[in-house]
Amino acid sequence: MLNYLWAAMILIGVIWGAFHGTLDDVTESALSGAKEAVSLCITMLGILSLWSGVLKIAERAGLLKKFSRALRPFIRFLFPQVPDDHPACEAMSTNIIANMLGLGWAATPAGLRAMQQLDQLNDKKGTATNAMCTFLILNMSSLQLIPINMIAYRSQYGSVNPAAIVMPALLATAVSTAVGILAAKLLERVWP
Amino acid sequence: MTLILYLSDMILPFVLFYIIASGLTAGRPVYDDFVEGAKDGFRTVLGVMPTLIGLMAGVSILRASGFLSFLAGLLSHFISEEVIRPELISVILVKLFSSSAATGLALDIFSQFGADSLPGLSVSLMLSCTETIFYTMSVYFMSVKIKKTRYTLPGALAACAAGIVMSLFLARQMQL
Repeated sequence: MLNYLWAAMILIGVIWGAFHGTLDDVTESALSGAKEAVSLCITMLGILSLWSGVLKIAERAGLLKKFSRALRPFIRFLFPQVPDDHPACEAMSTNIIANMLGLGWAATPAGLRAMQQLDQLNDKKGTATNAMCTFLILNMSSLQLIPINMIAYRSQYGSVNPAAIVMPALLATAVSTAVGILAAKLLERVWP
Repeated sequence: MTLILYLSDMILPFVLFYIIASGLTAGRPVYDDFVEGAKDGFRTVLGVMPTLIGLMAGVSILRASGFLSFLAGLLSHFISEEVIRPELISVILVKLFSSSAATGLALDIFSQFGADSLPGLSVSLMLSCTETIFYTMSVYFMSVKIKKTRYTLPGALAACAAGIVMSLFLARQMQL
């Protein structure tokens, strides 16, 4: 997907520039864009290393496991078709908590494992079950509690208070997740 | 809104304190753990650096050529700028497919309008509360060979739309 998007950006840019006499700007900006990316990465090196270091402490202190257990009642409510002691429950909780903490590398493997285990409960292979649909909607409604990347970008681009977005972003995420759950619960009744 | 902004300032220090205190009470060598994690973070950033260089060069080319303003002009015929700026619409559309390409466009908005401007704040919030729907769906469903995805897409789009509306609203509140 990204291959086409990226190629389209550059090809359209060059053709458009050729027809509108902006080709010298195009050359200039290609170079300055690349340069800008490097200085952004230098800022991100600091902020993201700090954050992943802190998250590693959280993981080693057993917070990931602790929160996953606390999530159990919620999982029971969302996925009534999945038996309580089924391994899918554990994989789903891990995925959700890792997403909330912004631990993408822990979230994706757990999420894929959850899908495989949910598929074992699937008696119509090739068609998504209610649990799968709800799980993915929840996943795609964005669960991240602290948008650390965005804070890093904002600090590089001269924001007076890069972290000012934390609470508003949390509110927006809460609303999108609530709407996602509501939509999932309504749609599972009417969708064949 | 003042309270919300105040809480924003509190959260990060609080989380930091909580995590490190939990590490100590669990008897962990917290600084060693930190350094190990920081190395991962370092490697992650170095890993995305080539991607970011390519994308930011691409977005810059597109903007310098004048194509982005043409596209924005085209979109502004359909939707009033009062509701949502055309630049933001392109970010939303790209975000459905690729997170990093959307980031490239967002950074372009930051350098054009500023990170604390209305478009800057809107895009900060929007990207923080939406996911790459088409990409995620294809990865997860492909892993278990599911062809009929039923109500996943409409549900995810509803959540995404709600997040965008909230972002636009909250960004306006933050500006006041």
